[in-house]
Amino acid sequence: MVEVTLWGSLSAVAGGKARHEIEAKDIRELFRKLAEQYPGIEPWIDRGIAVAIDGTIYRDTWSKELPKNAEIFLLPRLAGG
Amino acid sequence: MNFDPRFSGRKFASVGTRPIRPDGVDKVTGRARYGADFNMAGQLVGRILRSPHAHAVIKSIDTSKAEKLAGVKAVITAKDLPDLTDGDAAMHDILDNCMARKKALYDGHAVAAVAAIDARIARQALKLIEVEYEVLPHVTDVDEAAHHHAPLINDQVFTEGLEEKPAKPSNITKRTQFGHGDVHKGFAEADFVVERSFKTEQTHQGYIEPHACVASVNADGTADLWVCTQGHFVYRQHCAQLLGLEASKLRVTSSEIGGGFGGKTHVWAEPVALALSRKAGRPVKLVMTRDEVFRASGPTSATSIDVRIGARKDGTITAAEATLRYSCGPYAGSWAEIGAMTAFACYKLENVKTVGYEVLVNRPKTAAYRAPSAPMAAFAVESAVDELAKELGMDAVDFRIKNAAQEGTRASYGPVYGPIGIGPTLEAVKHHPHMKAPLKENQGRGMACGFWFNFGGQTCTDLNIGMDGSVSLAVGTVDVGGSRASLSLVAAEELGIDYSHVKAIVADTSSLGYNDMTDGSRGTFSSSMATISAARNAIKILRERAAQTWDIPVEDVHWEKGHAIAKGEKYGNLSPLSLKEIAAASGKTGGPIAGHSELVADGAGVSFATHICDVEVDPETGSTRVIRYTVVQDAGKAVHPTYVEGQYQGGAAQGIGWALNEEYIYGKDGRLQNAGFLDYRIPVCSDLPMIDTQILEIPNPNHPYGVRGVGETSIVPPLAAIANAVSNAVGVRMTHIPMSPPRILAALDAEREG
Repeated sequence: MVEVTLWGSLSAVAGGKARHEIEAKDIRELFRKLAEQYPGIEPWIDRGIAVAIDGTIYRDTWSKELPKNAEIFLLPRLAGG
Repeated sequence: MNFDPRFSGRKFASVGTRPIRPDGVDKVTGRARYGADFNMAGQLVGRILRSPHAHAVIKSIDTSKAEKLAGVKAVITAKDLPDLTDGDAAMHDILDNCMARKKALYDGHAVAAVAAIDARIARQALKLIEVEYEVLPHVTDVDEAAHHHAPLINDQVFTEGLEEKPAKPSNITKRTQFGHGDVHKGFAEADFVVERSFKTEQTHQGYIEPHACVASVNADGTADLWVCTQGHFVYRQHCAQLLGLEASKLRVTSSEIGGGFGGKTHVWAEPVALALSRKAGRPVKLVMTRDEVFRASGPTSATSIDVRIGARKDGTITAAEATLRYSCGPYAGSWAEIGAMTAFACYKLENVKTVGYEVLVNRPKTAAYRAPSAPMAAFAVESAVDELAKELGMDAVDFRIKNAAQEGTRASYGPVYGPIGIGPTLEAVKHHPHMKAPLKENQGRGMACGFWFNFGGQTCTDLNIGMDGSVSLAVGTVDVGGSRASLSLVAAEELGIDYSHVKAIVADTSSLGYNDMTDGSRGTFSSSMATISAARNAIKILRERAAQTWDIPVEDVHWEKGHAIAKGEKYGNLSPLSLKEIAAASGKTGGPIAGHSELVADGAGVSFATHICDVEVDPETGSTRVIRYTVVQDAGKAVHPTYVEGQYQGGAAQGIGWALNEEYIYGKDGRLQNAGFLDYRIPVCSDLPMIDTQILEIPNPNHPYGVRGVGETSIVPPLAAIANAVSNAVGVRMTHIPMSPPRILAALDAEREG
């Protein structure tokens, strides 16, 4: 079980809650379970969500494992210049 | 991905040295080929007809007269680029931006295009195309557009991110919010509060090379595109999708690039060139004029930002909040969102809240510009931070050091930081001789901090060892800042050979697996990771070949300083085999030797910088001159320090132009008034002092060498550092960028009039 924090706008489509406890071993499973629980999140995942694990931002490595007790924060997947 | 990206703390032989760049001779002798330097037999000249109106319904387009003109081979409109985007809203916006479908949404919006045998006939043909417009009310100012009485740009837009879906459409496409704690409680605890509103005008990336391409669509459905881009694989995806081509049948070759800075991260005219070529049956060359570059490509957002920061008497910030409105052009974007995330990223804050609003305006589609959105947010926040330090009676650097984020701090955008460099850049600035240098009359000093995320992404690299032992490195990230030199150093480092034996090229889209574009300061970060991985794969083969030659187990063969070495006393008589010797024998030991890598380079480390700036302001004319400038920035590890310094200096130079002169000026008719470098003034050499740099190296734990991106952070602090310097010089807080002479005089007059 990991605790995941959603940024403000995303929490609005996840039952208005910022913090969620989810049983997920990696980013892929986290997204799948979030989408099962809150279908409104799916378009956001399609548009791009980055995952910060203990402060390091992962944008594409969906196989990245979610360590127990890690701080997991979802962020918009941003573009650079 | 079978690759361990963790920082290893190794000692370097090649990395960190400053050899000459491999593309240098071609560039200084004029042999380097940029977008417009490519030609194909029988090619036509493409030209685009653009709307003179800021907002208008396209009632009809009659191309018949143009089509009859001798020498015209094709005329296209939106009908020749049917919508194949299949519900992908972002791609539909790109398509509509390439060629207006129902409405012209800004002055310069493409409405038709021609291909002719020469430029004169192409221009004549454009004049023969008859477009009937119904002109609509327009809005170009970000604050006016956000007002509920403003002309609507898209009546299907209802603001996202509100608690309840709004009943009426709006020019505000999205509201986003970040932060933590309780700002009301925080402000109640403050002894001093500073509250200000700021504006920044729209600027262009100002790349010297205009958008340029040659497109050739063959009768069998295959196609070639030679183009100036930051990401040829991304351009292939976009063009293939918009034209209904199979990606593998479209080969895209990136030219040398005369600057991009985010403005060449998605397609503008390339699908138009391909559509013209498809219709004409001949290659088409399309090069934008400077006027077109300004009117129809790349600008960053104009912004309007409210900031409020409170602190206790001891200098601890108790609360900070900002409301940020960013213009997006006529299509939805996430520019204010990025500003809202970066605004307070430098500070350790218990109570922080930022709200961003994305605002549609009748201006060109906003594009990324070097650390997109962060410089404007930093301008507003760092100006207010400076003002608050003054109210507290604290030194501006000490106040920032007291409140700087550190490892373990919860960032204002959410997560907790790992090892970061904001504190060390501030300490370096505090002790820098620049801070103690005396100032004269009418001169002022300012400093400011800046933050950028940095990104990685999909990356693919090939490393081939020739039979003479030289190494070819094929990468897929476009070289925008010297990455071919840096990546050659990395290959040399891993293989243990001299830099001069490595030649790096940017491979075309048919020669290498997919690569994300060069953006987010990812070029050297990502491709160095893939190069290390590819080199290690090649070393594995080199060891196998040596083991085969010696007839010993491969486990007993080690790789050291460019040689295979048999480890163990029983192999005492075996002389090491050099890479060159193993390569020479490769034909008899199993054939070519190569290393390949495909990976997602994630885990790019965040980056911080602190800048110091001295200016002299002429109180009679309002003219400002930057007389000294210093950049201090964390690079993680500077692979090629000269090019890291170049990135630092380039970011500062662009920031100086943005801070003092550059701005899009629109008339009441919604038309751009200054679409050229005579009236849109970017800094030239004589405007700038030597920009001093100091590289700090706080290793990124997620890269084998500790590399962080360096290309973008350097443009984040300059607007604020210069604004603080000008404010200190004239004694009036400057709140509107650019601080052009008329704006400085107006601020001085307003102060005198009280």
